[in-house]
Amino acid sequence: MLRLDGIELMQGDFRLTADWQAARGAKLALIGPSGAGKSSLLSAIAGFFPPVAGRVLWDGQDIGQLPPGARPLTILFQDQNLFPHLTVAQNAAMGLRPDLRLTAGQRAEVDRALARVGLGGLGDRKPAQLSGGQIGRAALARALLRARPLLLLDEPFAALGPALKTDMLDLVAEVTDETGATLLMVTHDPADARRIADQTVLVADGIAHPPAPTEALFADPPPALRHYLGS
Amino acid sequence: MASGARAIGAVAVLLVAAPLAAVAFRAGGLSLSPADWAALRFTLWQAALSALISVALAVPVARALARRRFPGRSALITLMGAPFLLPVIVAVMGLLALFGRGGAVNAALSALGLPALSIYGLQGVLIAHVFLNLPLATRMILQGWLAIPAERFRLAESLSFTPAQTFRHLERPMLAEVLPGALATVFALCLTSFAVALILGGGPRATTLELAIYQAVRFDFDLAHAAGLALVQVLVGGAAALAAWAAARQAGFGAGLDREIPLTAPAGWRLGADALALGLAALFLLAPMAAVVIKGAPGLMDLPAQVWPALARSVLVALASVLLTLGAALGLALGAARGLRWLDIAAALPLATSGLVLGTGLFLLVHPLAPPTSLALPVTVMVNALLALPFAFRLLAPEALALKADYGRLADSLDLRGPARLRLLILPRLARPLGFAAGLVAALSMGDLGVIALFAGEQQATLPLVIQRLTAAYRMEAAAGASLLLVTASLALFWIMDRRGRHAAA
Repeated sequence: MLRLDGIELMQGDFRLTADWQAARGAKLALIGPSGAGKSSLLSAIAGFFPPVAGRVLWDGQDIGQLPPGARPLTILFQDQNLFPHLTVAQNAAMGLRPDLRLTAGQRAEVDRALARVGLGGLGDRKPAQLSGGQIGRAALARALLRARPLLLLDEPFAALGPALKTDMLDLVAEVTDETGATLLMVTHDPADARRIADQTVLVADGIAHPPAPTEALFADPPPALRHYLGS
Repeated sequence: MASGARAIGAVAVLLVAAPLAAVAFRAGGLSLSPADWAALRFTLWQAALSALISVALAVPVARALARRRFPGRSALITLMGAPFLLPVIVAVMGLLALFGRGGAVNAALSALGLPALSIYGLQGVLIAHVFLNLPLATRMILQGWLAIPAERFRLAESLSFTPAQTFRHLERPMLAEVLPGALATVFALCLTSFAVALILGGGPRATTLELAIYQAVRFDFDLAHAAGLALVQVLVGGAAALAAWAAARQAGFGAGLDREIPLTAPAGWRLGADALALGLAALFLLAPMAAVVIKGAPGLMDLPAQVWPALARSVLVALASVLLTLGAALGLALGAARGLRWLDIAAALPLATSGLVLGTGLFLLVHPLAPPTSLALPVTVMVNALLALPFAFRLLAPEALALKADYGRLADSLDLRGPARLRLLILPRLARPLGFAAGLVAALSMGDLGVIALFAGEQQATLPLVIQRLTAAYRMEAAAGASLLLVTASLALFWIMDRRGRHAAA
């Protein structure tokens, strides 16, 4: 279970509070206007943005003091999710062993993960030789291999066309279902939230509100969400 | 990683501070003899004149390069980077061949019935300093020109500006910003010039502080006097160097000075003036280099025996300097990228000194413990590495910052740390600037004639020192051959390292 216990983020004029929890295996969308702090909240959970107050707990353990790489999570950023000088297989293998000293068994595991996301046989390519969708798939293969219980997506598929983005979200849903991972996904598109998130967090006016069931939320949006949606 | 960077920074500061402390302690105050005052005056005077002449000549050359497109333009810009790699002693040999008593210039002068020109003394020092610094000044000013957005020039064109109006509204403000940095940089470089003064200067009327330090150590063995001179040099040169470092934002030897959309250049007499400026600059820069090749080639077959071990020593010193400098510069650059701002200053600190100043300080520290000649090469490696550190740091620091911005969070999120981060992320991503910096450091070290002259006996001489000794013994053919060997080896080292970096990055 992920618990944000009185989290308070501050930077210049920016301020955001969050105080809620999400069950294991839940799929959460974070929605709200630009600059509201969706990405900042993800950064704080991932360990890149120290909160001025509050704790981040995973299964009751305070993970706030852990360096980013040691936290029980995988994060995909908006861009730069792959190292351009390493092959696809090397990039994915970083999820298993960052120093890439793999056993034969681990190499086979990398191949299986690449095949699972639809990149079978492309392991020797460099990211520059991949399409945008394939880059997203390679990053998901690495997330599969990292096998952490929490997956944070900071709009990694925002630059893809609608059809490709739908494919990627479906793949994310499949992967998280298979692994039982908890998903936190930043988005500015209500359709994304409705597609795979059973709960949605509204981030607006300095508050990341507690998760609410997605359909109910959009059926009867609170004023801040109504303002954002423009309806 | 941050603690490693702090340790490197502390060592770099200590290696500069300890020799300076030894100098200050031994000098015991600032009491200058009339000869010392003359050296100080000459040092300042020649540096000021060198800076003024170099920059004044660089302005028309840079303007012509900025607004004209012609075959060989990029080769000419590359040539502007060459004197950074050219050993100073080799440049001086080329100038001697050209402007010396039997050189082409004096032959032409006497054919015209004009009096001969002496390459020795103030005018010789100035010719050499302009030769060495005109390209640097040109590149700095050219960057200023290219930094003016093309849209401004197009706007000027659409408003039918005359060239004079373009100068007034676009070029003069840029020059006002760029010229102080260029002047300060050349001034600071010429303040610490030793090899030029050693060969072309000398005597009561053309002795620089650096040369006076050398003479106090080598000929008079008056260490207190040397320390006093070194202290003056640090106070004068250090202030100038740090001011120049702050004033000159760009390094001036970076690659790629090109713009997609060429400017519309004025025709008429201005075209002729630009062609003349470029032609004369190319001739002035190329002729001495050609003279090195022409004069050196015959001697190459018959080099004195001491040349080969000296070459081996030079290469070893250069390779060791490269390892030290790059290790330190990379550590400092990574630390600075993590927000340790004082490392910027630690990396720039060696600029406040000079080879002879550090050498004197180290001589004072070493000589009670061991005969200085026995430590000539290790001390030379250390001083070369220190003096190259600011340049290597300035090449690596922006790249390290960009690397952290682009991939720092990804690497952190994947727990990519320590040696694996170095091997899998930092070295591959920074291969290109590392290769270029390595080549630059190697060439600087290969050409160094400073601290080695203080320490070396017969058995420790590097190739530039052997060339200087051959010159002093009037064995000009052997010196010319050895010069050609030295410049070939320097450029080869630069080329290999730069290429390896590009190759690894590709």
